[in-house]
Amino acid sequence: MKYTLELVVLAVLLIFAGAFVLVQNTGEHEWSGTDDQAGDVINEMTGTEYEPWADPLYEPPSGEIESLFFCLQSAIGALVIGFFFGYYYRGRRINT
Amino acid sequence: MHIMEGFLPPAWCLFWLLVSAPFVIYGMYQLRILMREKREALPLLAVAGAFVFVLSSLKLPSVSGSCSHPTGTGLGAILFGPFITAILGLIVLLYQAIFLAHGGLTTLGANLFSMGIAGPLLAYAIYRGGQKVGLNTYLTVFLAAALADLFTYVVTAAQLALAFPAEVGGFVTSFVAFAAVYAVTQVPLAIIEGAVIALTFKYIIDVRAEILVKLGVLSDGVAARLQRVQA
Repeated sequence: MKYTLELVVLAVLLIFAGAFVLVQNTGEHEWSGTDDQAGDVINEMTGTEYEPWADPLYEPPSGEIESLFFCLQSAIGALVIGFFFGYYYRGRRINT
Repeated sequence: MHIMEGFLPPAWCLFWLLVSAPFVIYGMYQLRILMREKREALPLLAVAGAFVFVLSSLKLPSVSGSCSHPTGTGLGAILFGPFITAILGLIVLLYQAIFLAHGGLTTLGANLFSMGIAGPLLAYAIYRGGQKVGLNTYLTVFLAAALADLFTYVVTAAQLALAFPAEVGGFVTSFVAFAAVYAVTQVPLAIIEGAVIALTFKYIIDVRAEILVKLGVLSDGVAARLQRVQA
């Protein structure tokens, strides 16, 4: 079948989304990042409070600004992917 | 996600930097050859880099109740090999360390090793192995990309466990604890990443199978057969 792979990917995404909704509605979760959690594990493993010895040069002043930079990152990537696939498809009829 | 700024002792930062550096240097050498001799493949290189950009910016919730992001390095590793992919990973890690305080400059070497080198090396090995034994091409791409993603975070857990062995039980106890945070969260994300990259691979075969043949990613026969199936 022509679109088998597309259907498989769609199914994977739906299962993932379904599992997320299920987990969200059962029990309390923080949905924090794994890097933050790793910091806690370090303290747990060594038995002391770990003090980072370096600070980031620049830290986004708020969550909104941080998400701006993350969006910018995906927008740049998506633009490049779209541009070059468009370039490759140029001259081919869409419906063939 | 990456190891945060200042979260590895200086000696380990230096160690991983020294381990990663040769891969980047050899990658630059390979990149120069690619730019000179296979210029028609450069748009694909841009796409592979852009994939790392997009996928590593998406922090996704996982079934474990925490968030992480995929790596997107599998595509680059399959198309251009692990060394050039190390450079793509370096660009993304620098962007995130400088603008986002995500990862860090001191932990750059360690993060580059897990995301830009260890993962892509595994992806490359799986893809080549799968092609050799004649496994379905898309299944091979899926496995290569998904396991590269997962392996990246297994390596991250190992890096942290080496730097912070548990008081009781040492490296192994520590590794299990870090892997429980990093690798378990990553499993569903790795599956999604593998599926998305396999689909992208299909579209690349659709539009420019001849470049894949020239890069040595597909043999002539396999490329012709896949294009016929999709037409």
